Amino acid sequence: MSQLQEMEKRLADGQREYVLDVKTQDMEINMGPQHPATHGVLRVVLTADGEVLTSATPYVGYIHRCAEKIGESVDYKMFLPYTDRYDYLAAMNNNVGYCLAVEKAGGIEVPPRATWLRMIICELNRIGSHLIAFGTYGLDLGAFTPFLYGFREREWVMSLFEKLCGARLTYSYAYPGGVINDAPEGWLDELLRFCDVFDKKYQEYDALLTRNKIFIERTRNVGIVTKDQALRYGWTGPSLRASGVRFDVRESQPYLFYDQISFDVPIGRGEMGTTGDCWDRYYVRMLEMLQCTRMLRQCVERIQADTTPGEFLTKLKNYRITPGEAYVGIDNPRGELGHYVVADGKDVAYRIKIRGPSFCNLSILPEILPGAMLADAVAIIGSMDIVLGEVDR
Amino acid sequence: MNFDEIADRIEELHQGAVQARVGEPAKDPYLRISSESLVEVMRTLHADRDLAFELLISVTGMDWSTWTPKMPRVKKGDEPLPEPESPVSRYEVVYHLLSVSQNHRLVIKVACADDERPAQPTLTGIYPAADWLERETWDLMGIDFQGHPDLRRILCAEDWVGHPLRKDYEFPTEYHGISAE
Amino acid sequence: MLSLLVTLGAAQQVGSTVENPETGILEGIFDGWFGDTFGPLVSAVLGLIIVLTLCSLLPMFWTWAERRIAGRIQQRPGPNRVGPFGLIQALADGIKLMFKEDIIPTQSSRFLFMLAPGIVLAGTFVAFGMLPLSPSVIVVNTHLGIYLITAFLALDAIGVIMAGWASNNKWSILGAMREAAQMVSYEIPLGILFLMAGVTYGSLNLVDMVAEQEGGLFGIGQWMLFRFPPFGFIGFLVFYVAILAEAKRAPFDLPEAESELVSGFHTEYSGIRFSFFFLAEYAAMFLLSGVAVCIFLGGWNLPFISGSFWRDNGMFGELLAVISMLFKSFILVFVMLWLRWTLPRIRVDQVMSFCYKYLTPAAFACLLAAVFWAETKV
Repeated sequence: MSQLQEMEKRLADGQREYVLDVKTQDMEINMGPQHPATHGVLRVVLTADGEVLTSATPYVGYIHRCAEKIGESVDYKMFLPYTDRYDYLAAMNNNVGYCLAVEKAGGIEVPPRATWLRMIICELNRIGSHLIAFGTYGLDLGAFTPFLYGFREREWVMSLFEKLCGARLTYSYAYPGGVINDAPEGWLDELLRFCDVFDKKYQEYDALLTRNKIFIERTRNVGIVTKDQALRYGWTGPSLRASGVRFDVRESQPYLFYDQISFDVPIGRGEMGTTGDCWDRYYVRMLEMLQCTRMLRQCVERIQADTTPGEFLTKLKNYRITPGEAYVGIDNPRGELGHYVVADGKDVAYRIKIRGPSFCNLSILPEILPGAMLADAVAIIGSMDIVLGEVDR
Repeated sequence: MNFDEIADRIEELHQGAVQARVGEPAKDPYLRISSESLVEVMRTLHADRDLAFELLISVTGMDWSTWTPKMPRVKKGDEPLPEPESPVSRYEVVYHLLSVSQNHRLVIKVACADDERPAQPTLTGIYPAADWLERETWDLMGIDFQGHPDLRRILCAEDWVGHPLRKDYEFPTEYHGISAE
Repeated sequence: MLSLLVTLGAAQQVGSTVENPETGILEGIFDGWFGDTFGPLVSAVLGLIIVLTLCSLLPMFWTWAERRIAGRIQQRPGPNRVGPFGLIQALADGIKLMFKEDIIPTQSSRFLFMLAPGIVLAGTFVAFGMLPLSPSVIVVNTHLGIYLITAFLALDAIGVIMAGWASNNKWSILGAMREAAQMVSYEIPLGILFLMAGVTYGSLNLVDMVAEQEGGLFGIGQWMLFRFPPFGFIGFLVFYVAILAEAKRAPFDLPEAESELVSGFHTEYSGIRFSFFFLAEYAAMFLLSGVAVCIFLGGWNLPFISGSFWRDNGMFGELLAVISMLFKSFILVFVMLWLRWTLPRIRVDQVMSFCYKYLTPAAFACLLAAVFWAETKV
């Protein structure tokens, strides 16, 4: 088929809104696996007509380690460090998600103090993760400074975690039956201080990026994902909420003690453009961080009032999980992180399935990228806040 | 809706489709659907206003070939724990569904009839999310999704041999001249 | 280097063909020793050396300053280890870049690939020759001052397109295309504002322009910035935005756009050739800021100081003029750095629409105001 015929066919299919009067050739561009804006080793083969994309095909799997196979080879405790490594920006949430699944399968009791601590680390890690999302999104759009601002607070989150478990990125802190350590003395007070400081610093982020005219122009009405599209492609978490769906596992199907504290679920309202555009996805994450500090304060209050220090782990003789299966989906900073554990009564899981939110969120790319500009592709991929470690697992 | 109501509804709408119904006391109740009626049932689950499962959360391939459950010893006098349902076929696909509007979840299991060439109809027509999830299941478990528009490996390299999550998978000792011993 | 010499010589020739050539810093000095034929050449060579030194030292200073300022803005120290306040960092980097392997992709168009950084650098360096730092510190003082500056700066775009095309890299070619579109577009408001300056001052020579801005209220009343308000001010803003785009500085750094195009047109460059692009970028920043100062901010004129001060005090006056000029330009360059570390990048269609929808009409309005003002004055 000649180029002209092809073009006519495309026009007939309604693929192009405008008629090209100059005969041009589409360019195929390989974005990634090494590219500054793909947040890891994502590769997207783009076809571009000048700056406008006509198609996009993502390729993933460059850091595939088959965590699920490892889960069938090592016992329940030994798999814990592997959970840190798929979504490395929210390792605490992964730990908790995995532990909840194992505990559900094995009927393991968790002391309330551990549950409160788990909530604290989950929300704290959510702040840490969203700060990366905020900073790297700025980087994607060419603003460098927000990244450093975000890292300033993230550094504190890291050092809080370090005081808690000795690690700064891969924590392995939650453990089937509780957590490995109680909060050291003064840690909870420092956490409260962090919350106060963070709420103040948050204003700087808003001033620097959220309300920046150029930033708004770059993100509004870009990469619009409608409610329907988001659901069809299995979107979850902040990205889904940005499309106007009020669904948060923490609120609707509470796990841990989320039913005992109050918080709002921010959703996208199309404040700057259309509901479900990049700005909404960005802003939902920003608002979530404020909710996190609100939750953290309540958690600290409750943990100090209701629990006895020292009771943080149910010690078990062995971790032979009764035959059966359990699925637990928790709200990870990127969406629903599901662990599906099938146990056969031995030390080692028979099958562990990990449902990564980024994996599902990413699959929409071929649908929303065509028609966007090359610079928008960066904005769109950035706004989905993917972690390739978890896409590839 | 709770599990029983959902199950009743499906049994009412699709007679003969539900092969087994494992409710309480299983930790995750599930329905076993026949492979032939899978697409129809899923379509109902997706479209029915009361069921309204908008989200396909995950697709899991299961290989039951080495399944030998070991029940824990029970103290004298205690009720023995209920044993899980024994597998009906070697390969099985598990679908996790979530309804955002109705706020309920459902687990659907479908057995693959053929042990040599396990296959299932694709759900991409109902849930576009199934595209990648099914590719992943094909890649790692080797379950063929018939009618899938683009069924190729997604996580493993294109020239990878075998399906890693199968229980009889043999680890390669060499990959492109690189020793993996 | 040779091309540099030739172009500079050509500029000299052009300069000397105008009716009443002003004298440049070295012009005429050697005529008695080497005669009319070789005198200009010798002065051109010496002028070239001065320009080269300036062009190399200022960017080095600015790379250091940029990193320190960026550090300050981002709440981190920035380079502070090499020398006092890390001042020698730029030199260390320069040495490192010189000794790095100069990689030329095998599939590239070898000749053009090697030539491109030179052209970019040459264009900027030669344009430097037309920038006055004081009434007589100027290498080539011609009546075509700003006209030649625009002409030589256009070489920059050619070099960038050459680099992008020769790299045989799709990111590079995209960067080059963006550069071409951006440069051509932003030269329009820039050119119109040059016309405005020409109409207002009755000259295209930057030294004359600065002289025209002497005196007035508080010694700043004649600055273009404060002439026919608010058009002088609007003109300055438009000019500043346009030179941001011309110098490829954020938020108009689309040709490089490292998060989109990896590194844009210089993706495939390394070592010394890579540093040429940087040198040229920083030189262009300073150069264009200097031009902006000369046209809009009164050049070396300072408030409350009479215009004759610079000329009547000999070397001292000249030196103070240079310092004043550098200081003003540095402020403008500083704002460029400040913007770079604060603002996100604009999208390519927004760059275009911004230029054609807002800047160009605004520039025309300024030009009209200037014409009207000139008419009524006469």
